[in-house]
Amino acid sequence: MNINATIIGQAITFAILIWFTMKFVWPPITAALDERAQKISDGLAAAERGKADLQLAEKRSADALVEARQKGAEIIAMSEKRRAEIIEEAKAEAIAEAERVKAAARAEIEQEAHRAREVLRAQVSSLAVAGAERILRREVNAQAHADLLSALSAEL
Amino acid sequence: MTESAAPNSAGEYIHHHLTNHVIGHGFWSLNVDTLVTSAALGLIVFGVLFLVARSVTAGVPGKLQSAVEVVLEMVQTQVHDSFHGDAKIVAPLALTIFLWVFAINAMDLLPVDLAPTIAGLFGVEHWKVVPTTDPNHTFAMSLTVFILCVIGNFVAKGPGGYAKEALTVPFGPAMAPFNLIFRIIEDLAKPISLSLRLFGNMYAGEMVFILIGLMPWYVQWILGAPWAIFHILVITLQAFIFMILTVIYMSMAYESH
Repeated sequence: MNINATIIGQAITFAILIWFTMKFVWPPITAALDERAQKISDGLAAAERGKADLQLAEKRSADALVEARQKGAEIIAMSEKRRAEIIEEAKAEAIAEAERVKAAARAEIEQEAHRAREVLRAQVSSLAVAGAERILRREVNAQAHADLLSALSAEL
Repeated sequence: MTESAAPNSAGEYIHHHLTNHVIGHGFWSLNVDTLVTSAALGLIVFGVLFLVARSVTAGVPGKLQSAVEVVLEMVQTQVHDSFHGDAKIVAPLALTIFLWVFAINAMDLLPVDLAPTIAGLFGVEHWKVVPTTDPNHTFAMSLTVFILCVIGNFVAKGPGGYAKEALTVPFGPAMAPFNLIFRIIEDLAKPISLSLRLFGNMYAGEMVFILIGLMPWYVQWILGAPWAIFHILVITLQAFIFMILTVIYMSMAYESH
């Protein structure tokens, strides 16, 4: 064990190495390790959040499905009702229309009858006139007896 | 060297392997092999660390970065468990000690004749390749740690607090001189035990390798291989012990007893 100046040289070397490690080696590597740990924990948190989001979305979509189904059923029921209504309306309208047509036909028949009666009346009056002419065998001035004739025809 | 197994040359062989390459005389001489080997290993280890630190990424790490991270996290955990102060120096100090001592101790696993033979090719007579078998190296490290502890005491407690602690712990103010003597013994014992433990272990290990090297070449592996495999544990353990004791001494310096 011969201690000599080597001890000073070694101490200097050692001090330099300590300084170097402290300055250039330790900080960047620990920083990177911390950063990676942070990244990993962030990633785990994000995964957790994603899972929760997925569950929420699944629940929401299920809700939406139920709602849509409900709404569809409602719409179907409403349209069913509407159809019945339309049929009822159409029926009522058709009945009304038939009534109207019937009334119109009746009126027309009445008119027709009236007209026929008129015609008959006119024919009867002219027949009457002709009969009267034949009966009178005389010149009957149609002109002069128009009043009489028309009064007669009106009476018929 | 196996043919020179006669007692006389065996002694020379051992002596040759345990002699430093010295320049100069008396105290002001330098063990060149210790200085150069440890500095070269320091350059390699911390150069690699520096390269990793420069290109370090928080994303997917490469193999080298992962290896460095494993060591660094081990050191960080140990420091975190033992040291509760806020001194920034302790963790890098522990990492430096662990890796440097480990790399230097690993030189013990090189064949014992390799370094002296290569040195011989360059006309250098002695080359002790494991600096931790040189007390100059281990004492340099432990004394540096000791100085850092003293600085830590001053920084954490202030001169007054440091003096008060030295005078009153553990027997109270009435026994101040004894407390001071105890404290001096305790503080001196720390660096001495720290350095002698490492030195003794590595010196003994190296000695066993040299003794195995004295055996005939065809039986060397019977003892050499188990000892080398066992030594992988020893060199790691010694580096770890030096590191962990340093952390504990530093925490004692930064915390009141």
